[in-house]
Amino acid sequence: MSGSGNKTSVTQRRPDWAALVIAAVLVAVAVVIFFDVSHLRGASGYSQVGPATIPDWIAACLVGLAVWTVFAGFRRDFPAREKQEIAPVAWVVAGLLSQMILIRIAGFSVATGCLFGLAAAGFGARRLWISIPVGIVISLAIWWLFSVVLQLSLPAGPLENLLEGLFQ
Amino acid sequence: MTTFDFLMQGLVSAAEPMNLFYALIGVTLGTMVGVLPGIGPATTVALLLPVTYQLDPTGSLIMFAGIYYGGMYGGSTTSILLNTPGESASIVTALEGNKMARKGRGGPALATAAIGSFVAGLIATLALAFIAPYIVKLALVFGPREYFALMVLAFVTVSSAFGNSSLRGLTSLFIGLALSLVGIDQLTGQNRLSFGVPDLLDGIEVTTMAVAMFAIGETLYIAAQGAQAPDRIEAVKGSVWMTAKDWSRSWKAWLRGTVIGFPIGAMPAGGAEIGTFLSYATEKKLTKHPEEFGDGAIEGVAGPEAANNASAAGTLVPLLTLGLPTSATAAIMLAGFQQYGLQPGPLLFATNPQLVWGLIASLLIANFMLLVLNLPLVGLWVKLLTIPKPWLYGGILMFATLGTIGANPSVFELGMLLVFGLLAYIMRVFDYPIAPVIVGLILGPLAEQQLRRALAISQGDVTVLVTSPIAAVLLLLAALALILPLILRARGQGNALSQLAASED
Repeated sequence: MSGSGNKTSVTQRRPDWAALVIAAVLVAVAVVIFFDVSHLRGASGYSQVGPATIPDWIAACLVGLAVWTVFAGFRRDFPAREKQEIAPVAWVVAGLLSQMILIRIAGFSVATGCLFGLAAAGFGARRLWISIPVGIVISLAIWWLFSVVLQLSLPAGPLENLLEGLFQ
Repeated sequence: MTTFDFLMQGLVSAAEPMNLFYALIGVTLGTMVGVLPGIGPATTVALLLPVTYQLDPTGSLIMFAGIYYGGMYGGSTTSILLNTPGESASIVTALEGNKMARKGRGGPALATAAIGSFVAGLIATLALAFIAPYIVKLALVFGPREYFALMVLAFVTVSSAFGNSSLRGLTSLFIGLALSLVGIDQLTGQNRLSFGVPDLLDGIEVTTMAVAMFAIGETLYIAAQGAQAPDRIEAVKGSVWMTAKDWSRSWKAWLRGTVIGFPIGAMPAGGAEIGTFLSYATEKKLTKHPEEFGDGAIEGVAGPEAANNASAAGTLVPLLTLGLPTSATAAIMLAGFQQYGLQPGPLLFATNPQLVWGLIASLLIANFMLLVLNLPLVGLWVKLLTIPKPWLYGGILMFATLGTIGANPSVFELGMLLVFGLLAYIMRVFDYPIAPVIVGLILGPLAEQQLRRALAISQGDVTVLVTSPIAAVLLLLAALALILPLILRARGQGNALSQLAASED
């Protein structure tokens, strides 16, 4: 949607490498599908249509789309891409990873507080010693709301057990 | 019983105090989340789905109806006050609405959007109630091949008919279809693409996918744009009430918007955007104040907003009567139904009429609540827009993962959230649309079932797909919808199509 109108001044016939990579990924997915369902191919019964039929069709279409993508890449049919900053994306991904790793060990609040702090850092709030505790407090409130009001138990850790202990 | 009796019965059930309470929570949460920039109704519904897990089906669907309409309304508030459309269907609203807000007429702009949405929602919901029984009757004669043809038509219109590129739309669709293969095959019980991972046996959760693709992908994309000048929020100055002149300029636009929006939503033709663009063009042509267009014309807010809501109600026609989602939002609602083992379609009208009519009635009630709630509470929604970006997006991610953790607290599920979030980010960078992935994921298994049934009946003879007149016509339409845009784009007339892009829902 973004830059489809503004053609870049590059006119020489250099292929768009990103398009070729995308095409390769599509072919790889098709190959994975093709081999994964290969053991189901005998089970199609007398109608010739079985659990492997549709996956095979989809794999074939993916290969077709990959060929089309290669052509589009050589014709430079892809719109101009905006400049992407990697550092903020890395912060947000780090946040999601930290939550994933911590949720079983430290419980919902600590894990989600880390997610909150690291994601906020990706958007410019770099003072983690403020944002992570704030995130933990908010998460603890959410945990309490869910377990008491909605009767939905989110993974508990030491902090949650402490909170529960206070109210018993 | 007649439609009227059913609807009355539905209203009685939806008007029970507990159900009214659910509707109230639904519209409030829906508006709150819908107001956040970058979050459209599809994301809103996906994020809030887990909140409804603990309720009974009726209560949760009623809350759902509120969330859906609330999310639609919240999006228009954002685009009027911030000029950052929260959803693609609000792009047109932003054109005139934001100009009005800059001239200090934000109040009347919000009011005409709210009342227009109400009028359109009311008429369109009633139209839904009266049309649905006829389509249900028609659908009862549909066999597997007709259903399959209908789904092919939906696939093509959602993925390739509109937008920048047929190639990228179709690629997105097939990514969704490929992902839909994961899990146990519903007809033979065989494992496909689960690679021995028990978490994958049930397939990929549509809600996880939707939250990852919309909320997390969007957050990553916005983060990657780096630090930019903050968006300017227009304060709502003066009265929120419309003058007599505003009323007289608005009411016809509301009605025209409704008439344009509803059929477009009801046809398997993708999201609500197309109706809003058509309505805007119509109002521009018919107005007595052409000089105001582009500079804050109230008709340019009233018409498209009405069209937007009318087509939102319209998409419920194929969803409820045929079980056919034609937008990402509808796909997520279908996932919500399936959560309770309910399969929307003609049978649901026969086996569970209270539920269907309760849902339709609660749409009417949610619509009314929005009108009462929104104008007085607009100050509160504006406050939400002033949350600094780091906290806002930190909070959005917190909320996004909360849904997944609440439904299934597993590390694997969180990993999928991250992986698909990154996939959506990369797709956005390369200008691939997101909605076809979601529609492919949920509709893929259904289409496969119908196709395999049709072919099993014919003992593998593929020509059976085109020997039924209804199926042949539907497939012909699908072929046209695939080929015409290719020709148009090849001849350099693709701009009109990219303006109609269904990018989010």
